[in-house]
Amino acid sequence: MKCKVCRARAAVEVRRHNAAFCPDHFLEHCRKQVARTVKEFRMFGPHERVLVCISGGKDSLALWDILLEEGYAADGLYADLGIGGYSERSKETAAGFASSRGATLHVRSFQEEYGFTTPSLAVLTRRVPCAGCGMAKRYTFNRMALELGYDVCATGHNLDDEASTLLANVLHWNVSALSRQMPALPAGPGFARKVKPLVRLAERDTAAYAVLRGIDYVVEECPLVAGNTLNRHKESLAAVEEQSPGSKHAFYFGFLDRAAALFRQREAAALGLRPCRECGQPTTTETCVLCRTRLTAAERAGRLEGKSADEVLALARSLSKSVR
Amino acid sequence: MAVTVRLRNPDRMLEAEGPATVLGLLRRLDVLPETVLVIREGTILTRDETVRDGDVIELRPVVSGGAP
Repeated sequence: MKCKVCRARAAVEVRRHNAAFCPDHFLEHCRKQVARTVKEFRMFGPHERVLVCISGGKDSLALWDILLEEGYAADGLYADLGIGGYSERSKETAAGFASSRGATLHVRSFQEEYGFTTPSLAVLTRRVPCAGCGMAKRYTFNRMALELGYDVCATGHNLDDEASTLLANVLHWNVSALSRQMPALPAGPGFARKVKPLVRLAERDTAAYAVLRGIDYVVEECPLVAGNTLNRHKESLAAVEEQSPGSKHAFYFGFLDRAAALFRQREAAALGLRPCRECGQPTTTETCVLCRTRLTAAERAGRLEGKSADEVLALARSLSKSVR
Repeated sequence: MAVTVRLRNPDRMLEAEGPATVLGLLRRLDVLPETVLVIREGTILTRDETVRDGDVIELRPVVSGGAP
């Protein structure tokens, strides 16, 4: 297979674009796709401060790398979820990347901020680990972006993430989520502007980008992710994509072009947000879901007495969908 | 001699008969090409490349996820 641009030996095929690229032209392709997305959705300008949400995985580190290469003032924020050795290795990887680029990485720990970890929260609330983890991460990134004075909060969600989320939202006709599923959400009272500059790149692209750039990222999966619904939707979409390249792109960008506005109109008036009485973050109820969760976890903390971190992690794993 | 294949999550090795195209090998292993990078000696291979006995390749999964 030859590079579409220079006819040298190709390294990465992008079937949905009916193209293949050599390493150099693939990296250029990725940067162009991100630049196009940033411009098209007016995500941020060249002088704005960007806070990149960092997990230590390929997507967030690829995003951070691209933004730094393009000259943006981009700092990282790592949320320490407290998932044993996995979180430790992720934090080291994120710190290693920041150090290699001379970039700033903020670190916030769930345990220190809220008194729970992702595993302990799952056990105390008897819920699937990803549910509480996602809620607490979104809360943390929004709050930190505001408190630290950033103009915009960027996440590494890629085309596969967005297409699988869209599939989940459509399967359940989650109109509220559909109204918010945009690559750029404007700032509002209590809300930082949120953007997803990688939505034109598939996760195979971001992995290839990270490998070709020599980025040391965490390849291992979160030990609590087994059976995650979005991952199952990704597998389904990958099978469709194999038979019909471009399907994921058409599904997601077709939604943005032709359907998203309809859902936004419907939901616009329905929210009725006010500040949480505990933390001041916006919520539709008196106390926000993070603070309610934090209080519940504190009330039930005694249930974990005498259990080691490994035992709590094992209990949390038993709550993952595949083993329930 | 065979093609040595390193699989991840969890880490494990297996052997497959070469020569084969990357696509042929992935089909034999029941792996969707869009879900992995195939890496030989630090180089990413496209699906039309040939792997031969004695090659060591890594199938690196690209699907990651969890809570958005």
